[in-house]
Amino acid sequence: MADNTSPEVPVRTGPTPTSTLAAIRIAKTDRTRRPLPRISGKLLTGIIIVVVISLFGILAPFFVQDPRFSGNDALLPPGDGHILGTTKLGYDVFAQLAWGTRGSLFVGVVAGGLALLLAILFGVLAGYFGGVLDEVLTLITNIMLVIPGLPLVMVIAAYVQHTEGLGAFARSSLLVAIVLGITGWAGSAVVLRATAKSLRMRDYVAAARVAGEKPLRVIFVEILPNLVPLLAAQLIFGVIFAILGEAGLSYLGLGPTGSITLGTMLNDAQTGQAVGSQAWWWFVPPGALIALLGTGLSLINFAIDEVVNPKLRLAPQAARNQRKARRAGRSVSENGAIA
Amino acid sequence: MSFYVRRILFYVITLWAAVSLNFLLPRLLPGDPAAIMLGKLRRANGGRPLSEETIRGITSMLGAEKGMTLWDQYIAYWGRILQGDLGVSSTRYPAPVLELIGAALPWTVMLVGVATVLSFVLGIAAGAWVGWKRGTWVDHLVPATTFLQSIPYFWLALVLVAVLSVQMGVLPIIGGYDVFDFPGGPEWSWAFFSSTIVHAILPALTIVISSVGGWLLGMRNMMVQTMSEDYVVTAEAKGLTPSRIRTRYAARNAVIPSLAGFGIALGFVVAGSIVTEQVFSYPGIGKLMIQSVQGLDYSLMQGVFLVITLTVLAANFLMELIYGFIDPRVRHRG
Repeated sequence: MADNTSPEVPVRTGPTPTSTLAAIRIAKTDRTRRPLPRISGKLLTGIIIVVVISLFGILAPFFVQDPRFSGNDALLPPGDGHILGTTKLGYDVFAQLAWGTRGSLFVGVVAGGLALLLAILFGVLAGYFGGVLDEVLTLITNIMLVIPGLPLVMVIAAYVQHTEGLGAFARSSLLVAIVLGITGWAGSAVVLRATAKSLRMRDYVAAARVAGEKPLRVIFVEILPNLVPLLAAQLIFGVIFAILGEAGLSYLGLGPTGSITLGTMLNDAQTGQAVGSQAWWWFVPPGALIALLGTGLSLINFAIDEVVNPKLRLAPQAARNQRKARRAGRSVSENGAIA
Repeated sequence: MSFYVRRILFYVITLWAAVSLNFLLPRLLPGDPAAIMLGKLRRANGGRPLSEETIRGITSMLGAEKGMTLWDQYIAYWGRILQGDLGVSSTRYPAPVLELIGAALPWTVMLVGVATVLSFVLGIAAGAWVGWKRGTWVDHLVPATTFLQSIPYFWLALVLVAVLSVQMGVLPIIGGYDVFDFPGGPEWSWAFFSSTIVHAILPALTIVISSVGGWLLGMRNMMVQTMSEDYVVTAEAKGLTPSRIRTRYAARNAVIPSLAGFGIALGFVVAGSIVTEQVFSYPGIGKLMIQSVQGLDYSLMQGVFLVITLTVLAANFLMELIYGFIDPRVRHRG
């Protein structure tokens, strides 16, 4: 036995420092709790895209032409004076894009926020209290989940927008945002319920309850802070969902005709035969911007997902280490130790 | 057995909720859809007064029946629904709503059905592969799928039309078949069938491209998690071939959540296909829905919403039955 172990020692000392370092690094990222997700390439790209587009939506409208100024020549291709050309009515596409981005972001944030609130109400309360309340709330959530969203939104919008007495509100982006928020919370509620249910069993939550804390305090102080990454992810989902929903709704002519959004731009392009007249500068930018914004937000969600679910991050990392180790010609047992 | 009872009960309740929502919406919101609808019908009828039967049909569907409590209206409403009487359309007067839906439904079911199954199979296969190759360069391709997912369905359709139809002229732009070759409408012939296939390529392509990313991503993430399970390590230790581990051990278990999500995803695909149908003027249920909403044809709108909900619920139910069969754990968890 002693003869066998002694020759192995010098062999192991070679690779061990690096592999233990790697193991420590992985263990560290796993155990130390960071307030913010690790700045990965994905996260950075996502943040840059979202920040740039948000700034564009917030600031650009102050510097561009009036988006409803129709004195320009119609259907000018991109060029001098009009970076992205003009529409059939002579509107400057770039100006429309700036205001449209602002409009779409507004709808996205309001609807996403509303959906998140409802998801917390239905998901966290159901998961925390359990029992009959859980049964009822989960039933409502599941019903909302399986009823197809867009047709429901279309029906509600059709009724609401043609009721007298609402005035300008009937065609405002706020109303569209509210309708999208009310119909888009169920998916998040399911996720939040599951997590709240498991958090409820943790010792510190049980301790708070035994100490006689009121349920609302336990939820807000003990449970919600632990849900923050999840809440952020759900909010982002909600925003993407709402921006895409608004675009679809507007494209069908059910959107906020009172304001400009990326969706109403696409609707104008469709009614103005932009595709038939090959005016690509009219319908490509709004859709591309939506897709880009959605991508940016999804990338941020990706990073959050890897924090919430370490397996997604650690498993590829482990596989990568294993491959590196194999290339370095190390034995299998040590690779196993790394992974 | 109690699993099936519970699920059937859930779908019955959901169905009841959807029908009740349909009943309540026109009545609870301010405004008078029934009056609007009757006005439209009178105009469609050439200004002549409508028959007593039509008026009663509209009021029991959309409300504003004089001297009836909400509860009585509700009972009358259910009576109509159960008789399969969804009223008369005003935009296509005097066609009954049920007939219009019956003509449009096969188009959508075929288009969405084929496209969804195609996208599911492609996404799962690609996701399994990408998940298997975890930790390699393939990982960098994964974020690209988020771009596919974020593209609005209808915008992709517009771009495809602009490139493939307007610019290159390869594929037809609108309709479900060539209306000039077949002025008499659908018929049972090979020529008509091939015409529908050619017309379905672009809409189907749109649906597949914008929904495949979701399947890929979900499958990839599950695959990565499954690959670190003990039984996969055991399989590797036993010296099984990689392809056997990939298909029989990892992919087989990783696909289960995707199957569970299939029904819910179907709702999104149906929504996406509504807008896509508008782009291509595809003669399906989505176009009917849009027509009804734009023309304030409330009877048709309610009918279409009900049928879409019913179809999605049925698909969900079917998926859950299959799911319960594949994964016995869900049957016992209750």
